[in-house]
Parts: sequence; C-alpha cells; structure tokens
Amino acid sequence: MELQLLLLFMVFAAIAAVQIEDLLSSVIAVGAVGLGLSMVFLILKAPDLAITQLVVEILCLIILIRATIKKDLPLIKDGRWLFNTVSTLVFIVSFLVFAYFALNELPRFGAPIMRVAKEYIEQGLPKTGATNIVASIILDFRGYDTLGEATILFTAVMGVLAVIRRVGRINEE
Amino acid sequence: MKNKEEGMTLIVKTITRLTVGLILLYGIYIVLHGHISPGGGFAGGVIIALSFIHLMLAFGREVVLKKLSQAQASILESLGALMFLSIALLGFLGGYFFFNFFLHKGKPFELFSAGIIPLCNIAISLKVGAGLFAIFAVLVLFKGLDEEK
Repeated sequence: MELQLLLLFMVFAAIAAVQIEDLLSSVIAVGAVGLGLSMVFLILKAPDLAITQLVVEILCLIILIRATIKKDLPLIKDGRWLFNTVSTLVFIVSFLVFAYFALNELPRFGAPIMRVAKEYIEQGLPKTGATNIVASIILDFRGYDTLGEATILFTAVMGVLAVIRRVGRINEE
Repeated sequence: MKNKEEGMTLIVKTITRLTVGLILLYGIYIVLHGHISPGGGFAGGVIIALSFIHLMLAFGREVVLKKLSQAQASILESLGALMFLSIALLGFLGGYFFFNFFLHKGKPFELFSAGIIPLCNIAISLKVGAGLFAIFAVLVLFKGLDEEK
C-alpha cells in the first residue's frame, strides 16, 4: 500500500518537475522524485541501494543548483501543441500495450527462478566470508562488472576535467 | 569575519564546524564496514566527497582547496583506480582474475574478514570520492572564472 502511495507521489513530483517554469523549483521536484525512490528501495528491503540513491541524489542536487541556477534558460513556448499531445498519447498507448504483454510473462514479485543467483545466495558466506551479500556479489563473484563500472566513472571524471580545465581557458584569451 | 563574501553566514559556518567531522567519520565507517552491513565503497566515497562539498559551500572555495586542491584530488582518484586494478591483477597469484587471494578469510561479522572485499571497498571509495570532489571543484572554479570577467 505504501509502495503505491510513494509511486503516486513520485509520478506527481515528476510531472511537477517538467511543468514548473521556475528552474529552482523544478530541480527541487527532481530531488523529491529521488527521495521517493530511495524510500521505495528501503521498503523493498534493499538498504544498500537506498543509501547510494539518497547520497547520489543529494550530490546531484547540489551540483545542479550550483551549476545551473544562475543560468537563465529560455523557455520554448511555440505552437504545435496538437502534434505534441497526439504523439505523446500515441507513444503512451503503445508503451502500455507492449508493457501489458511483456509484464504478464515476468515471474511473480519476490519469487525469481534463477539458477545462478541461487548459487550466489547459498555460497556467498562460506566462499567469501562477507556477511553483506551485496558486497560479496559485486566485489567477488561479479568483480569484473564492478571494474567496468569503475572505469566508466573514471572516464567520465577525466572527461569533465579535460573539458573545463583552467589551462585551456587561459590559452584561449 | 575578514571578508564577507566568502561563504555563508555565521550560523551556517558554526553548524558546519560541528557537523562536518561527523559526516566524514560516517563516510569512513560506511566504507570500512561495507562487507558487514549495508553500504560499501560507492556510497561511502560519495559521503566523504559530500563532507568536503559541505565545507566548500559553507566556507567558500579557497578554504577547502587549501586543504585538498583539485590536482591532489585527481592524483587520489587515479591512485584509487590503480589500486582497484592492481587488486584485481593480484588475483593471478591464485590463478585467475579477481581471485580472493587471502586464503583464510577470517571469522564472519568481524572487521578484518572477507579477504579482498574491504580493500576493494577502500579503493573504490578513494576513486569515487576524489573524482566527484574534483568534478565539483572544477565546476565551482569554472563559475568563478565566469564571474571574474
């Protein structure tokens, strides 16, 4: 029940984030969506994800506010509302139709039939000695995936530092 | 207060002085206990970066960049990435990539257990924390350059 309430809250906050014209209010509405998602993770018993989601949400909010709030972005308000509304409705209807057929085939929530995951859950503690099963999976059984994810973040940081470094701007002047 | 433009008001500075140490300590706790309780390298690293960002928001950027400059943050980030990669390569001691090469894993529910997992957590936290702090610092510096013009 509280899951549906939270989902409803997140949907309303997302709509508000798109519709509000003030940039600061829009960023705060995005933060409300992230907070709701963190509480959903907590209800679904995934505290690792909840902590990560909450913390990354705060960081993104700070960076967005510091980086974008001074920039006065122009709002585009031309005609074509008929075309926009019709195309949006067509996409929503087709998504719902395909989602109806696809979601029927999924296993029931909380009862997955996965052979590999069962092995991880049974052998996690004796094979790695880590009591937090998430840590034992992402850093031992699936360490290769974590290495790839770390490389993605490293590349992203290097890219940002290369694009807006100080030396290039001074040489330009 | 010598120069009023640096940072926020006195209330914010006082509260920041009280809380920022606790936030940093909580981040280190989350990193070191990542294999026992919920948390881990990524979340802990972001909390550590947030403590520095908190300091930067309250006291202005000069105070923080004196403690940890952007070049030092880049070096720390690269160090974390290299540490993670070298832990992965050291697995070849036991035969294959990412092998958990400590043979006795320690007792469960103790801080020094689970082989390479705490080491990997520390490496990831260094990488994530220093990297995100470097992004924030470079964005703030970029904005400062815009204001100087």
